[in-house]
Parts: sequence; structure tokens; C-alpha cells
Amino acid sequence: MKVVLQNVTKKFPSRSKKAPEDVIAVNDFTFEIPDGKLIGLLGPSGCGKSTTLNLISGLQKPTGGRIFFGEDDVTDLPPENRGVGLVFQNYALYPHLTVRKNIMFPLQNFKGEAKLTREVMEEKVLEAARLVQIDGLLERKPSELSGGQQQRVAIARALVKMPSVLLLDEPLSNLDARLRLQTREELRRIQQETKITTIFVTHDQEEAMSISDMIIVMSAGVVQQIGPPQQVYDDPVNLFVAKFLGTPPINVFEGEVREGILYIGQEAVLQVTGAADQPVTVGVRPEGFVLQEDGPLSCNLSRVEVMGRDISVVSTHPLCQNTAIRSIISAENQHSVGGQTVRFALKPAKVFLFRKDTGERIRFEVD
Amino acid sequence: MEQNNYKGWLYLLPAIAFLGVFMVYPLVDVFVYSFEEGYNSASQTFFGTGLYNYAYVLHDPYFLQAVKNTLILVAITVPVSTGLALLISVGLSSIQKLKDLFQTVYFLPYVTNTLAVGLVFMILFKKTPYTDGLVNLIIGLFGGNSIDFIDGPYWAKMFVLCFYTVWVVMPFKILILTSALASVNQDYYNAARVDGTSKLRIFGRITLPMISPMIFYLVITGFIGAFKAYSDAVAIFGTNLNAAEMNTIVGYVYDMLYGDSGGYPSYASAAAIILFAIVLTITCINLMISKRSVHY
Repeated sequence: MKVVLQNVTKKFPSRSKKAPEDVIAVNDFTFEIPDGKLIGLLGPSGCGKSTTLNLISGLQKPTGGRIFFGEDDVTDLPPENRGVGLVFQNYALYPHLTVRKNIMFPLQNFKGEAKLTREVMEEKVLEAARLVQIDGLLERKPSELSGGQQQRVAIARALVKMPSVLLLDEPLSNLDARLRLQTREELRRIQQETKITTIFVTHDQEEAMSISDMIIVMSAGVVQQIGPPQQVYDDPVNLFVAKFLGTPPINVFEGEVREGILYIGQEAVLQVTGAADQPVTVGVRPEGFVLQEDGPLSCNLSRVEVMGRDISVVSTHPLCQNTAIRSIISAENQHSVGGQTVRFALKPAKVFLFRKDTGERIRFEVD
Repeated sequence: MEQNNYKGWLYLLPAIAFLGVFMVYPLVDVFVYSFEEGYNSASQTFFGTGLYNYAYVLHDPYFLQAVKNTLILVAITVPVSTGLALLISVGLSSIQKLKDLFQTVYFLPYVTNTLAVGLVFMILFKKTPYTDGLVNLIIGLFGGNSIDFIDGPYWAKMFVLCFYTVWVVMPFKILILTSALASVNQDYYNAARVDGTSKLRIFGRITLPMISPMIFYLVITGFIGAFKAYSDAVAIFGTNLNAAEMNTIVGYVYDMLYGDSGGYPSYASAAAIILFAIVLTITCINLMISKRSVHY
């Protein structure tokens, strides 16, 4: 089922007397989530991701705007009538019930005609448990499970009633790095098998990029950019998005455009036809550097980190806002690195210009 | 680790010595007295040993009355006070406005002086030449006959005693239960709401199991407290509880030691051991039940 948010706003009344203005957690959200996709809601902590999720689930009511599931306006529906499945960050498994009873819990709430017989419930529980591969653990209590297993139980409990929308709040943040990698693949597989529209909240951009069909980047209650992960990465609309996506992070320089040429300091580093003359903020992706003996950008070499397939050249530049410039170069070029300075040429497609005041993207022609 | 064991005992010594002198030794002593016939604490003499003290106590109509009173008191006040406290706590946690006010009001009996409380109950229930008491006035308004709650029929006196006990023990239970309710993670309720769980089912399947350790704690201490009731009865009916048919087991023990008919430490010891046996049995039963229904 597709999910549509129209001008959704959520304000919380201020509790402090010193700052009486309302806190705007979600500001004028408008987006449409297509049916059957996996969506990553991405942003730094405190940007309103979880609030957005709660608004979709119905646990919180928006102060303005409408929310639609398919064609139905669900804005005023309480959570129980929306048919959403919700997985909490801490899983919220009922500690006194076995895994089987935890998963069965939502099914036992059906009333009237929807009421299920014991056999049907058992069958559905088993089906959900098989989907997340915990069918051997049904008689255990949550406290007897590992973090990853608890996570699966929580997903099974959310899926067992076949929700129209599945919502996950920071689903992987309580898992260790290895398990996180494994579970996110699992999440992807489960979503593709069930075809349920799934929205998950995360602050980890790598997590969001790796499994989402689409990501929504948020900052301070405002949607920054929506799109497929690769597109958002390759074509950020502003400095925030460019900085937020990518590991290692983008390298940011102070620069200036004069007559279609980009200068960093006194060095003319790139032709940027179409950009107006002005001081700019320059973002260069780590993979946007090319080692070149007569390259236009010279940096002070700190060290070279070998990572097998690639090498990472760490250097500094007086006009760079990052403490160190990280550039990823394929390992074949290693021999040409040495000495005090290192010179780079830049790949135009990996260089982004932003306005100094607003951080908005300034586009130029790339040939 | 092993060779340092004596150090641990050394640290425990003050507590062990204190408890040994003031708790364990008297307990053993009481147990011994209960088998010594006609023990006299002044001359430290007794006639013989055997089960005579128990036989006497178990045939004493005053003791049987005290056991009956205590059992009725326990059977009524423990479930009623725990149930009411649970209802009030749930109510308190679900309101926003005036929550602090109500919390204070419900906690007042806990910090109020027993004599002041006794005075309030006098005004409510006591019949004097001038007035029949507030409760009788209300009964009169509905056309009922006035009842003497303090010197009247047995059930009326038992009602006042139970009412008083429930009222006195409830604040503490409310305090414990409201904090237990507040400590239940809100996510459990949100999860249940998203799944369309009814309020009643949320209460029965989530809230109750989550706070069951606290309820269990209150039931156990409530049973023990009610079995040891004495001062409540004195506050309402005065010290001559046998005459009022309102004596409790602890009251009986006290009377046997210091009352007008007192001076019989052997009988008192036997009665105390019987009380101990009853409380022990009930607590064991509670523990067995808790294994099935309490979720830690």
C-alpha cells in the first residue's frame, strides 16, 4: 500500500518558560512512498525521524496536514485501525511471554468476523517464525534470546498480522557490527518476500544506502532530499546531504568561482562552466581525486593507508574544512605517492559546488 | 579467594552478633518456653515440660476468638486493600490533571498520627450521648436504623476494624504500585496499541504481569502485617479486647504477658509459636502460587 504525507507538521508545546516557542519536530512534510518499496528515513539524531514514524503509525497525531494509506485518509484513525506493524528500537517484546505467545499476541486481538481459530493462529505464527528463521526458538522467553534473535521475533510479531505498512524504528542500532550487516540483508530479503511497504528509520547512512529502494534525508524536521540512494549520493541538492552521505565523508574546501573557473586558494582546479562568479563551498568525494604529477590541487601528504583493493591518501590543505582530506585511489597507483606534497586532478562529476550562505547546490556543466 | 573467607565473616560479625543476641536467641527462648509448663520469669522456674501449654492455648475460648478475628481480618483486608490500591494506582497513572493532589490525598493516612486517626474514626463511628456518629447520620438519611459500631454487634465491630485496617495500609500500597506502574516501559503499551489490543487485555496481559513482582511483595507483606495486627484494634476498641470480642492473636500474646490476666509467659510463647506456624504456612503457600503467576 502506498503511503502519502501531505504537508504534515508536528509541533510540541514548549515546556520551558525561558523558550516559550513550540518545538517543530516535523515541518511541512510532503512525500509519497510507492507501494511495496523499502524506504530508509535517514537523518542525524533529533531531526524528527522517529516522530515521522510515530505519525505514520498513529501513536502521535500531526498538528497539521493529512496522511493517506492508499486512497484512505488515516489522519484521524487511531493506531489500532491503521493496520501497521511497528518494530521498536528496543524491540518491546513482552518479557513474560514466550516467543510463540509474543508473535501470537496481535492475532488474538482480532474481533468479530476477523477472529481466528487456534489452529489458524498457530499456523500463522509458524509461518512468520519461518520467514525470520526463528521457528526453533518458539518456546523460549525473550530473555533467553540473543539481540539478533530478539530483533527477528520483533519483526515476526509485526509481520504476523500482515500489516499494510511495516515501520521499523532504528531496527539495527542495538546489534553489533557483524550482526547488523547480516540482519540488514535479512531485512531486505523479508521485505522482498512479503512485498510489504516498509519504512525504516536510521541515522546510519550506510545502512540506509545499502538496502533501501529509496531514501529520505531529513534534517531539523525538514525533508532535504528524496530519491534512490545512488542518485542522492551522486547528485545531492545541498551541502547537508552531501556531507551526510558517504564514508569516508566528502571533503569540503573553501573556494571561489571566477569566470567559469573554480579556484581553491590561488590554484585553478576545475573548469565549471555555467556557475556564476562567487565564493563557494566545494565538496569533493573521496573517489573524486586523481593522482597526477602536474595536477592542479596540491596538498600536504600526511600518510598513505593501504586497504588492499584501494589505497587511501590522507593529506591536509589549508582551505579544507575537514581535519584531513581522504582520497580513495585504486591500488595500482601507489608507487607514485611520496614526498612532502601530493598533487591531484579532480573528476568533475565528483565535485559539487554549494552557495556559501544557504548551502544550496550550484550546478555547472559537466562534459 | 578461599583463604580470605574469614575476612567476610569479620565484616558480617557486627550484624550477626546483633541479630543473634536480639533476634535469634529470643526466638529460640520463646520456642523453649512454649514447652515449659508454668515458667516463671522472675524465679526462672517451671514445673515440667510437654505440650500442655499448646493444649491449654488451643482450648482457650479467648484464643480461638482471637484466631477467628485474625483470620477474618486477614481474609478481608489483604485482598480488599491490594485490589483497591491497584484500582486507585491505575486511576492515578491515567489522569493528568490534579494527579499530584490526589497522590498527596491518598498518601496522607501514611503520615498521619495514629491517635488523630483514632479520633477521626470516633467521629465517624462512635455513639455518644450527644451524637450517633457521622456514619449513623448518613444511614439515618437513607432511613436505616442506627448501629453501634464500637460496642454493638460483632459484624459491625469487625467492619470498623477491617475498614480501619484497609484505610491505614492502603497508602503504602498505592505508593508502591504507582511507582511500579510508572516504571513499565511505554513501548510495551505502544506496541500493544498498534496491534489493536483492548484496554482490558492490555491491563490483564501486559500491565499485571509487568507489575506482578510488586503485587506479590505487597500480598506477602500484607498477609504478615495483617496476622500481626494488634494496635489497630486497640486504637478503636481500647485495651480490653477480650471483652469486646475483638482480640487478635498478637493481642492475646500481649494479654498473656502483661494484661490484667497476664503473667503467663509459657502460654504467650505457645500462642506466639502457633502464630509463627500459621504465618510460615501461608507464606509458603504464597511462594508456591507466585512461582506460577509472578514474572520477574
